[in-house]
Amino acid sequence: MFDAPGPRFRRRVFWVSVVSAFVLAGLVALGLRQFASGGELDAVRWRPYLTWPVWRYLLGGLWSTVVAAFATGVLAMAGGLLLALRPNRFTRAYAEVMRTVPVLLLVYVMLFVLPSFGVNLPLFWKLVVPLALSHAASYAVIFRAGVDSVDGGQREAGLSLGMPDGVVTRFVVLPQAVRHMTPLLVTQAVSLLKDTSLGYVVSYTELLFNGRVLANYNGLLIQTFIVVAFIYLVVNLALSRLAHRLEAGRARTAR
Amino acid sequence: MSLVLEGFLNTVALTLLSFAGALVVGLVVAVLRIVPVPLLRGVGAVYVEVWRNIPLLAWLVLFVFGLPEVGVRMPLFWTAFTAIALYEAAFVAEALRSGVNSVAAGQGEAARALGLSFRQSLRHVILPQASRRVVQPLANIAIALTMATALAGVVGVVDMTRAAQRINLELAQPLLVFTGVGLCYLVMAAGIGFGARVLERRLG
Repeated sequence: MFDAPGPRFRRRVFWVSVVSAFVLAGLVALGLRQFASGGELDAVRWRPYLTWPVWRYLLGGLWSTVVAAFATGVLAMAGGLLLALRPNRFTRAYAEVMRTVPVLLLVYVMLFVLPSFGVNLPLFWKLVVPLALSHAASYAVIFRAGVDSVDGGQREAGLSLGMPDGVVTRFVVLPQAVRHMTPLLVTQAVSLLKDTSLGYVVSYTELLFNGRVLANYNGLLIQTFIVVAFIYLVVNLALSRLAHRLEAGRARTAR
Repeated sequence: MSLVLEGFLNTVALTLLSFAGALVVGLVVAVLRIVPVPLLRGVGAVYVEVWRNIPLLAWLVLFVFGLPEVGVRMPLFWTAFTAIALYEAAFVAEALRSGVNSVAAGQGEAARALGLSFRQSLRHVILPQASRRVVQPLANIAIALTMATALAGVVGVVDMTRAAQRINLELAQPLLVFTGVGLCYLVMAAGIGFGARVLERRLG
């Protein structure tokens, strides 16, 4: 959006950089001082996070998070596919409701309502079922958009070559649709992984819940949750990077 | 019954205030991400990646239980507001940025060829076209934010979802209570959708 910078502009960029670097350093220093004043930066409070038992406990939580996210993903994608393939009044209404009702409300229904009707699922499913119900609607929207993004001429070309409808869908439309959908699927995977943190409410021993247990046990609240947040950050960033890598690889082979 | 009203009002207030806050912070972050100063662009990118890759519930727990320990004391409602606004700001920033990027590069080049400065081309060429395109994504963020305010109930704010759960314990009329609350969310989302369509028509 800008021309190649000339000398005057480059000078201005330099000075803006210097000033903002100072402002940034000042803000960080201020934040650190606030933390240090409460003793939160003392080495004693961070040392437990250099020991293996603590990490084993947190990584165990991460494993449960991944398992729950994976199970939810499989169920939600299957549901999304069903919804996307049959666009009728019911599926549209379902998607609309799920797009606006908080997952937490569904979780509460699982926790407090269904047991009084005699439906009492194990903890794992009390987390996974509401998440899958909600995310299925998101997947349906993504699948529909992906299929719609493929130019209609592609299908027609396939049909005019004498391919049966199923073959056109499988070998012409879907490969292109999947390529268009990949960025959205990654965003969805990240959002799904984040949503499993509702295990905190359900008492399913995933990462955030384990963080709570740990903080209650050792009293290091801030440190524990900063470490937990950091784990989420690393895992989700890795997920995005991996998808970009795959994307780049496929773009090369497609050319 | 007053609990229902309190929950409903809290949810509405939290939604409106956090969305306003997210718009302001998101606008600043989006500007940081497109200015020609590499350092500021980096700051914007780090903000977006850090906030949107960590669950909102983790932020809420950290803010509500963590901030008092470092000497930052705020009423519970405003702590939840801060966390939600800062979290959604990352999504707002991305929506605004992709709105600006969606305006064809030729438009900017044409503006510069006519001798408009950076600020003029942004003001008269890029932003009018981008503003129309960001309405729908921003409406989606507003709806997601409405749902996200339910998480404030987990850390103690009496919002609509939390109120439903409490009332259900007393009334033991689960179907009525939860369907009613679900309908409230639907109505709020429909209101946001309607507002977005009106706004889009006015800008179009």
